[in-house]
This record gives sequence, structure tokens and C-alpha cells, in this order.
Amino acid sequence: MTSIILMIVGLIGVGYGFATSHHSLEDVKEMIAAQEAGHGGGHEAETKAHVVAGVEDHSDNSHKANAHDALADTHEGSSHADAVDHDEEHAEHVQHRLANRPWAALYVAAFFFFMIALGVLAFYAVQYAAQAGWSPLLLRVMEGITAYMLPGALIVLLIASLSHFIGHDAIFNWMNPEMVDPDSEKFDKLVSGKKGWLNYWGFLIRGLIFVGGWYLYRHFSRKFSIAQDSADDNRNFKKTFRISAGFLVFFLYTESMMSWDWIMSVDPHWFSTLFGWYVLAGMMVCGITVISMITIYLKSLGLLPKVNDSHIHDLAKFMFGFSIFWTYLWFSQFMLIWYSNIPEEVTYFVTRFQDYQLPFLGMVAMNFIFPLLILMNSDYKRIPWFVIMAGIVILCGHYIDIFNMIMPATVGDQWAIGIPEIGSILLFAGLFIFVVFTALTKAPLEPKRNPFIKESEHFHY
Amino acid sequence: MEASKVIHAIYNDDDVLMNAVKKVKAERHHIEEIYTPFPVHGLDKAMGLAPTRIAIASFMYGCVGLTVAVVMMNFIMIEDWPQNIGGKPSFSYIENMPAFVPIMFELTVFFAAHLMVITFYLRSTMWPFKKAENPDPRTTDDHFLMEIAVHGNENELTDLLKETGAVEINLIDKAH
Repeated sequence: MTSIILMIVGLIGVGYGFATSHHSLEDVKEMIAAQEAGHGGGHEAETKAHVVAGVEDHSDNSHKANAHDALADTHEGSSHADAVDHDEEHAEHVQHRLANRPWAALYVAAFFFFMIALGVLAFYAVQYAAQAGWSPLLLRVMEGITAYMLPGALIVLLIASLSHFIGHDAIFNWMNPEMVDPDSEKFDKLVSGKKGWLNYWGFLIRGLIFVGGWYLYRHFSRKFSIAQDSADDNRNFKKTFRISAGFLVFFLYTESMMSWDWIMSVDPHWFSTLFGWYVLAGMMVCGITVISMITIYLKSLGLLPKVNDSHIHDLAKFMFGFSIFWTYLWFSQFMLIWYSNIPEEVTYFVTRFQDYQLPFLGMVAMNFIFPLLILMNSDYKRIPWFVIMAGIVILCGHYIDIFNMIMPATVGDQWAIGIPEIGSILLFAGLFIFVVFTALTKAPLEPKRNPFIKESEHFHY
Repeated sequence: MEASKVIHAIYNDDDVLMNAVKKVKAERHHIEEIYTPFPVHGLDKAMGLAPTRIAIASFMYGCVGLTVAVVMMNFIMIEDWPQNIGGKPSFSYIENMPAFVPIMFELTVFFAAHLMVITFYLRSTMWPFKKAENPDPRTTDDHFLMEIAVHGNENELTDLLKETGAVEINLIDKAH
């Protein structure tokens, strides 16, 4: 019921976002004028602030980055005629970004919830492949969450496609055919060099192959898991063990490629080698967090009587460990790029530092410092409301993480967390809850003949 | 110490030992010490020992390590001689912070680990030329030994320990 209310409210929010995103050029100009008037004579000071901030880590290329986005810089040192031209161009630029906003908001939320389900699927496969003895009591909870993987992934692909066909390439600018057409004035040599990989049909077909592979695993592991309940030998378990090992190999390759396609390619000029693992770490944290939150919720309803606080403790340890793993990858990616300061790589972080300072640094606090201090104590990891509280902060932090990956490339400095963003979150949260809890009702919550179920019931740390 | 006499009850199975501990505790006798060749899971709980606080100590040592790293590098790289090394911004600590993180991390771990180990040695009084304290060499191989103080209730205790499955019960005069 809540899920349906969430979906409806979310849908209204998303609709409102789209309805208000189309601004005429005149409107945008007025908005910019209003913003600048609001700043008063503060231009000089602002510019100085820019330069000082520029010293921080990118003194060499601050100009390059600023020429793109900064409002103040474009006015300086240009003749009046140039300024008019600039204003025109600038207004058009801002107009595009405003139009992108509801698309990007929808995409971020869709990807975030899909990512949770995929992370849980990977974690589930690991439990089988590692023959974990503590987790079989939680396997049905995980299966319930992974039910969202297929619809979630298809929605992500659908939004990407719609943003191409209806939204004028609002999310992925490389989908614009003009960018690879040498005769067009929008021709981009870098993007056209990558068109062997970055082209719409390639994107779609790859996406469908990834999703198809993941779904096959999810389908068969679920089928064998239910068949095992009424079997009289362990054949089904062994089959799941084998396909889990195979799936993990497939998953690691496709997850990496998926992260290039679905996330990294929003900045088609930028690349990073550890990006796939970075996205993976984020998705594992979110997945495990959602497993523990749903487990605690079901236990509070009395539906999982055999789950004890040692299970919660283990899940919280995984949340803690993967939070730190995420931070490790985040910092490795950031520090290597910051340290070498190569212009083609560093612009990625320059835009994030200039326009997204609060979410960029706030996310590190939420995803690292908070879980580090909260979940370090072994006693706290057994207290359900503590785990739930940490989980909420971690999930919000990782939403902002995805936000920081997508938004700077699509809406740039026109970002905000307002009705389109919150509406999208509510919409997909509602859908997620609906799909997951429907799937949870489809099978008994305790697997019956799992070879490790006894060990799991008596699991004690 | 008036309890100059102790009873050494020797067991050869950790399950039997666990049950014996529970029984002896239930009869409200004070167990001085238990010697085992390997960690027996749950023995500390059965004996009612207080949980260790070494993790808390380690956390505080880690904080010390982090502070040392920050103060050291702030002084050396920012305050004492802020050189321009390869264009790195040494105007303030925070601006050059990412370059210091590996050292901050390592020193935190170094302090937390080493000081915790030293604390462990001190608290459990272990050092290279320390005289070994085990009352019976078999306790390092395959026997378990429970040491109980005697307060004139020798026979009663012996009966109780026999009942719990001790394979050998010795009355020892402790030379002080």
C-alpha cells in the first residue's frame, strides 16, 4: 500500500519535473539575468574566489574548465559584441541543461535501485560459491530483492533509449549522430574515435546481453532453490553452486562493461580504469545494506524467527567492510587523478569540486566516516535500530554517489535536489518495494533442505 | 594469600572441561586458573571472565597515530619549509591532503597494531626470558587443567571434581 502511494506521489513529482523543464530561450536569459542581478556587484569577488579555488588542484587548467561553466568568467575581457554572442550561447547551454534535469534525475534514481538488486544478486552468488554456512536463512530475502533486477535493468535501458529518441540525447550526448558526423559543426573528434564502442545500437545490444545473462542466473538459481525445498537429494544445490561460480565470472566482466556503458559514458571524454570496481563496491554496499534492512524489518514482523542477532552482526560487518572498500576505490581513483593532474582526466574532478562541493565531500562523510565510526563497535552491530540508521545514511550517501557520477555531465552547474529528483526516488522506491515484497510472498521465507540450513539456524558469533 | 593449597583437576576433553567449569561455578567455588593447550570456545563466558578492552585501547592508539601523522606532515611540509615540489599546493594542509593520506593511513595502522600488541604483552606479562608458568607440561599438548583454591573443603571438592570426570586430581602446596 505504501509502495503504491510512493509510486503515485513519485510519478506526480516526475511529471512535474518534465512539465517544468522546458524553458524557452527568453525565459532562460531572464533567469540568468535575475541570478546575476541577485549577485549584485559581486562579480569581482566571485572571480577571485574562483582563482583562489583554482590554486587548490588545477591551476593549469582552471581556465579551460571555467570557460565552460563559470558564469562570471565569460564576461571578462570580451568586447561588447562578443559578450552578446556569449550570452546567446550561454543561455542555450543553460537551456539544454535545464531540459536534461528530469531525465538525469529519473536515470539516477532508476540506476540506484537497479544497482541494489544487482549487488544483491552478486552477493547471493558469492554465498553459494563460497558455501557460506551463516547465510542460508537469508537466501530467500536476497532472492526477493533480486526480483527487481530484471525490471530495474530494463527500466534503466528504457530511460536511456527514451532520452535518445524523445529527450534529444539528454543523458548520453554521444548518442547524438551529429557528434560523429565530420560535416556537422557539433563534430567531436574524440567521441567519433570511440564510436566503435559508443553507438546507440551497440549500447542497447550489449545492455540486453548483460541483463539477459544476469536474468538467466537469477531465474535458474531461484528455480533450483525452490526445487531444493522438496527434493530428496542435494542435486539442485550442486547445480546452483556450479552456475553461481560461472555467473560470478560473467558478472565481473559484464559489470565492468555495464559501468562504462551506463555511467562512465555520460562523460565520453573521460575514462578511468578502476571505474568498474568502484561502481561494483558501491553496489555491493547498497545491496548488503538493503538485505540487512529488509531482514530486520521481516524479523520485526516475526516472519524470520530463526534469524538471530549474529546474522545481523555479520551483515553489519559486511556493510562496514564494503563501505571501507568503496572509500578505498573512491580515494584511489580521486588521488591518482588529482596527483598527476593530467588535463584530460582531471576536468572530471574539477567540475565536481567547483559545482558539487557539498555533495562530493558530503558523500565521503556519509559513506565512510559515518559507517566507520558507527559500525566499528561490535555491540552496536547487533542493535537493529543502529543498523537501520547506519543503513539509511549509507543508502542516501550512495544515492548521492550516483548523483555525482551522472549529474555533472548532464545538468552541470544547474543541479539541485528538488521535486524531479525526490519524485524519481519515490517512484522507484515504491516500485522496488512493491516488486520485492511481492516476490517475498511467492516462496516460504526459510529454505527447507539447504545443506547448510542447520548451521545457519545455529549460527552464532 | 591464605589459599596456599590448590587442587589441580586434570581433564582430557574440552567438552568435559566445559561441563566441569559450569558445575564448579554452580557450586560457587572460585576457579583460580584454567590451562588449556588451545583456545576453548566459550570458556571465558563459562568462567565469567570480563570481556577484553584491548580493542578500545587499539582504537585510541590508532587515533594517536593519525594525530602524529597529521602534526608531523603539517609541520614538515607546510609550516617549516613549504617548498614547491612538482606544483603540489603546499599553502595549507588541507590543499595537499590527498598526498598525505597514504602516510596517515599507514601510521594509524602502525600505531594501532604495534601498541596493541605491546599492551597485550604487558597485560599478560610475557617477555622473551620469562619463566614458563604452566603447572604441568601436558597442558600444552593434550590435557586441560583446572586450578581451584582450597579453603579447608578438600574432600567435598575432590568428590565434586571426580563427579565431573576429572582423570587426575592433585592437591598442591603452593610455595609463596
